[in-house]
Amino acid sequence: MEIDPLIFRLSIFILSIFIGYYVVWSVTPSLHTPLMSVTNAISSVIIVGAIIAGLSGNADSIFNVSSIFGFLAIALAAINIFGGFLVTQRMLAMYKKKKKDK
Amino acid sequence: MMISADLSAIFYLVSGVLFILALRGLSSPETSRQGNLFGILGMIIAITVTFLSTGNFSTGFIFVLLFILVGGSIGAFIAYKIPMTAMPELVAGFHSLVGLAAVFVAISAFLNPEAFNLGTQGNIKLGSLIEMSIGAAVGAITFSGSVIAFLKLQGVMSGSPITFKGQHPLNAIILVSIVVLIYLLCSTQSSNLFWLLLGVSFLIGFLLIIPIGGADMPVVISMLNSYSGWAAAGIGFTLENTALIITGALVGSSGAILSYIMCKGMNRSFFNVILGGFGATEDTSSPSIKEQRPVKSGNADDAAFLMKNASSVIIVPGYGMAVAQAQHALREMVDTLKKNDIKVSYAIHPVAGRMPGHMNVLLAEANVPYDEVFELEEINNDFANADVAFVIGANDVTNPVAKTDPQSPIYGMPVLDVEKCKSVLFVKRSLSPGYAGIDNDLFYKENTLMLFADAKKMTEDITKNL
Repeated sequence: MEIDPLIFRLSIFILSIFIGYYVVWSVTPSLHTPLMSVTNAISSVIIVGAIIAGLSGNADSIFNVSSIFGFLAIALAAINIFGGFLVTQRMLAMYKKKKKDK
Repeated sequence: MMISADLSAIFYLVSGVLFILALRGLSSPETSRQGNLFGILGMIIAITVTFLSTGNFSTGFIFVLLFILVGGSIGAFIAYKIPMTAMPELVAGFHSLVGLAAVFVAISAFLNPEAFNLGTQGNIKLGSLIEMSIGAAVGAITFSGSVIAFLKLQGVMSGSPITFKGQHPLNAIILVSIVVLIYLLCSTQSSNLFWLLLGVSFLIGFLLIIPIGGADMPVVISMLNSYSGWAAAGIGFTLENTALIITGALVGSSGAILSYIMCKGMNRSFFNVILGGFGATEDTSSPSIKEQRPVKSGNADDAAFLMKNASSVIIVPGYGMAVAQAQHALREMVDTLKKNDIKVSYAIHPVAGRMPGHMNVLLAEANVPYDEVFELEEINNDFANADVAFVIGANDVTNPVAKTDPQSPIYGMPVLDVEKCKSVLFVKRSLSPGYAGIDNDLFYKENTLMLFADAKKMTEDITKNL
């Protein structure tokens, strides 16, 4: 008997929740703000769905109702991706260790 | 060029793994920057693979690039311009965008299911429709909830809780109606129901956040962070995309853990925070009950004298420091102290500020080395051995009442043992109670000196007097 592919996706999902649980508990509390901004950036990988939606129009009509929503979603997700990763980078660059006393 | 579905699935898996490594990197500041690069790499792979798998490089492709460019420039501009004190607003704003993007993708998939291999319009595969409507509903809640959180943090909307009669029953009815709507939508495939579902979800996101007060924002932001993840995962199931499923699960659990940590930092249950209204009863505790107690107050000169004669000082920053933008002035004061061979460390309460880790970022911005900054459990025993505690912009998190008075609303909340210090310097504008609406016993302690002033100005004045 074949297993529904949904079950495999569900397995990935459940296991990823556990990975997320352990990985996030090991994040040092002082980096909780960068954690939020980076999770923000990576959750914008939803842009892959937006791209598929944006490209759903055909050569004659690039813009139909469905693809317009796709394009809007692309722009929103892109704000998040660039904004999220860059602001995280900016914050992380500020975390410095004490200079060794000489 | 077009790559097979199997190959692209493998690449999506790779980018999912890179996202895990991105979070893993945050376990220490040294590895965090590399972690962020992993995240960026994962994103580049996911986007490139999507282009290759559609194999569509026509005019539409140009427009896709154009929109990425436009959005990307806006994002990059914001990322470079935003002051660190505004980080909570920024994160709330970004959450709203993820939520809205999820809603848009779901709408697009609902209107044109062929493009996603989900069946035809009016006849979408049942499983996909369920996943899609859950993703859309959670996305819509994330969007409107984050907008309210953003407005409250920005100060456009009052930070005090907005409550009305019948609020909880109304919310409960709406939440139940969302479930019913999803069921009906899946059995009828009616587009009207789809729009109705979105409308109701936007509404409940709004209603869920308005009763929650300003100082509970750390929980709200973490919760919305979690929601944005679950929305992404819902869409990931619809699109059968591993990268999106993995990411959604990671972000969802990350936000949930942060909410838990924040609730624990306030010794309140998640439901207590979500049901809201905390601090709204502030006015009912009439001031006549409080007896007038003597308070010792001093000026910058007194504070400088105390600190000069100390051998160790612990700084306790709070939201007030962020409001007064006093972090740079604070660091200058600390530099002067260190020149006089005084040992200085910082004590951070988990819920200090308006989002998890807020104080740490501000101190890092002011060039405070992160190994001088300690969490509550790490430093709480040191107060007894320290000479001076310098409380700047914090209040409730230092209130000893949390340990002594079972009647107090904050009883049981972990607090910093500031009162154990030989002397306490408390920078505050006035004697007014903090967010929890209760008096801080610390104000009236024998060894406490109140410094009534703006945090930034007082810190600068102390530095001058050192």
